[in-house]
Amino acid sequence: MNDAVLSAEGLSVGYSGKAVLSGIEIKAEKGKILTLIGPNGAGKSTLLKTLCRQLEPVGGTVFIGKEDISRLKSRELAKNMAVLLTQKVKTQLMTCREAVETGRFPYVGALGVMGDEDRKKVDEALEMVGASEFADKDIDKLSDGQRQRVLLARAICQEPDILILDEPATFLDIRYKLELMSLLKKLASERGVSIIMSLHELELAQKVSDMILCIKGDSPDRYGTPEEIFSGGYIEKLYGTKKGRFCEYYGSVELSAAEGEPEVLVIGGGGKGLGIYRQLQRKGIPFAVGVLHENDIEFPAAKSLASEVITESAFEPVSVEKVSDAMAVMEKCRYVLCANHKFGTMNKGNADLLEKAENCGKLIKDVEDIG
Amino acid sequence: MNKKIKRAAVSYIFLAVLLIAAVVLNLCLGSTDISVNELITALKDHDSSPVTYRILTQIRLPRTAAALILGGGLAVSGLLLQSFFSNPVAGPYILGISSGAKLAVALIMVYSLAKGILLSSAAMVGAAFVGALASMFIVLAISAKVKRMSILIVCGVMIGYICSAITEFIVNLSDDSNIVNLHNWSMGSFSGISPDEAVAAAFIIIPAVVCAFFLSKPMDAYRLGESYAVSSGVNVSLFRAALILLSSLLSACVTAFAGPVSFVGIAVPHGVKSLFGTSKPIVILPACFLGGAVFCLFCDLITRTVFAPTELSISTVTAVFGAPVVIWMLTGRERRMDNE
Repeated sequence: MNDAVLSAEGLSVGYSGKAVLSGIEIKAEKGKILTLIGPNGAGKSTLLKTLCRQLEPVGGTVFIGKEDISRLKSRELAKNMAVLLTQKVKTQLMTCREAVETGRFPYVGALGVMGDEDRKKVDEALEMVGASEFADKDIDKLSDGQRQRVLLARAICQEPDILILDEPATFLDIRYKLELMSLLKKLASERGVSIIMSLHELELAQKVSDMILCIKGDSPDRYGTPEEIFSGGYIEKLYGTKKGRFCEYYGSVELSAAEGEPEVLVIGGGGKGLGIYRQLQRKGIPFAVGVLHENDIEFPAAKSLASEVITESAFEPVSVEKVSDAMAVMEKCRYVLCANHKFGTMNKGNADLLEKAENCGKLIKDVEDIG
Repeated sequence: MNKKIKRAAVSYIFLAVLLIAAVVLNLCLGSTDISVNELITALKDHDSSPVTYRILTQIRLPRTAAALILGGGLAVSGLLLQSFFSNPVAGPYILGISSGAKLAVALIMVYSLAKGILLSSAAMVGAAFVGALASMFIVLAISAKVKRMSILIVCGVMIGYICSAITEFIVNLSDDSNIVNLHNWSMGSFSGISPDEAVAAAFIIIPAVVCAFFLSKPMDAYRLGESYAVSSGVNVSLFRAALILLSSLLSACVTAFAGPVSFVGIAVPHGVKSLFGTSKPIVILPACFLGGAVFCLFCDLITRTVFAPTELSISTVTAVFGAPVVIWMLTGRERRMDNE
C-alpha cells in the first residue's frame, strides 16, 4: 500500500543550479506529520520551497500522488497544497480577512468574489486560529505572532491535502505554540491533511511529529520516528552541540555545568533540588549531587549540571556504600544544601547524610548563604 | 463587511459627482464661457448656436474626453506598476517609462516630418509602446540588481532625464515649422487633441483598463507577496508579463496623445486607497480610473484658465499637486522603516 500524498526520490535542491542538499528521499503520508529538523542553514527552507514549487529542483522530481508537480496547473497545485512561509509580508491597507480570503482564490471565479460557502470557510479558519477578534484589522498593524496565525488561517481555508509550514512556531508565544501544535494534530487526524514542516523547537518536534527527517551537511542524515531520533545522543551529534546538554527524555536543554571540583554537595530528590541546581549553575559554582535515584525526575538535570552525581539504581533503597561515597564527597565540599526535609523508606540513606552535614556544620539553608 | 461596502459606495458616489462637475466645468469654462443652459441647448439643438456647438464638439469635448480617458488610464497604469513592484511609490513617469515612450514618439515624429508622412494615431501609439517597453526593461534589469525601491526610483528618474535630453536634442536639431507643436507635446498637454484622436485613445485605453480589471484577483493575491500569490494559484510569470504589457500600453497611449504627464500614476492611486481605506484591487481599480479622470480634468482646467490666455503644460500642474504626495509617501515610508 502506498499512501504517500507527496513524495520525492533522489531530489536535489538549491539555488541557480547549485545543490544545497541532495539525495533527498521524502514521503509524506495522509494524515501524518513529517518534521524536518537540523542546524541553521542546513537547507530546510530550500527543501520546503522546492516541495511547494516555489523553487525548481536542481535534480529529481517531486510528485503529488503519481503526478509530477511541475506539470500541474497553478490552480490545481493551489487546491492540493497550502503553505506558511517565514518571509515577512509587507502589505498596504489589507485586512486580515482579505488576506485569509486569498486562500479561497483557487476555488472562486475569475474576479475573486467570495460566495457564501467561501465566506463561511474563511470565518471558520479565522476562528480555528483564534484570529476572529482582529479579522477586520490591518494585517500590517498586527504583532508577528498574530500575523502568523492569520496566514495559517489562510492556509487552512485553502483546504489542502498537503500543508507545508516553514518554522511555523517562530514568533508565537507558548500558548499559541501549543495551540498551533494541537491544531496541526487536528488537521492531520480529522481532515487527513499531510503536514510537512520545519521546526527549531525540538521539544515540539519530538511531541507532535509522526516522522522526523534530520538534515545535516549536504544531505538528509536520518529518518525515523521521534523515538528513534531522540535517542542515543543523536540530537547533540546532529546539531554539534558543544555547550550544554540536550535531554532526550523531555526534549529540553540544559546549559553547561560549572567547571571545577565541587564546592557544594546537594542532597536532592523528587524535583525539589532542580531550583538549587539551576541557581548554582547560574552563579557558576561547581557542585555534586547525592544520592539520587536513576529514575528521579531530577536525574537528567543533575547529570547535565553537576560535576559529580552519586546515583542509586531505580527502585532500590539508597545503599550504605552510596551513602559513604556521598560522605567522601561531602568531606571535600565546603557546604551542603538539602532540598528535602522528609525522607521515605527508599531514600533513608539521605537522612543519614543530612544528619552528618548538620553535625559537621557544613549545612546551609540557601544558595545565597555561600560566601 | 457592511461598513466596508458603505464606505466604498459613498466614495464612488463622491468620485462620480466630482467627475460630472469636472466634465461640466471643462466644457463651460474657457476663453468663451458657456453657461450650463447654453451647453444643454447647444448640445440638444445643433443649429441654435453654431459657434458654441463648434467650440464644444471640435475643441472642448475632445479635450475633455481625452483628459478623462487618458487621466484614468494613467492612474490605472500606475496602480499596475505598484502591484508589480509591491510598492506604492511606483509610477510610469517616475520610473522613466513615460520618457522612454516620449523619446520613441519624438524620433518617429521627426522622421515622418522630414519625410513628409502624416503619422496615424496607431503609429504614434505603437512607437510609444516600443519606447515604454524599452524603458521598462531597463528598469526591470536594474530592479533585479537593486532591492531598495528608493534607488530604483532614482534610476528611473535618471532614465527619464536621459530620454528627455535626447528628445530635446532631436527637437532642436530638426528644423521644421511643426517643431513648435512637437515642443508643446513633449512638455505634456491635452490641447489640440482632435475628435478622432480622442476616439482612438478610448479604443485603446478602455479595453486595456477592462483587461486590467480582470487581473484584480491575482493582484489581490499578489498583495501578500510573490510566494503567497503562487500558493493561491496565480501563474506568476504570466501575471507579471500581463502587468508589464498593460501598464506599458496604458502609459504609452497617454504619452502618444498627450505627452508625458507626471505623478498622476502615483498620487491618484494613493489618494484613492486612502479615500476607500483599502487596497483591494477589485474595488480600487475602477476608482483609480475615475480618480485619474477627475484629477486630470481639474488639472487641465487649471492649465488653460488660471493664467489665460497663456496655457501651462499639464505636467506643470500635475507635478504641483502630485510631487508633494510622493515626497510625503517616501518620508512616511522611511519613518515607518525606522520604527521597525
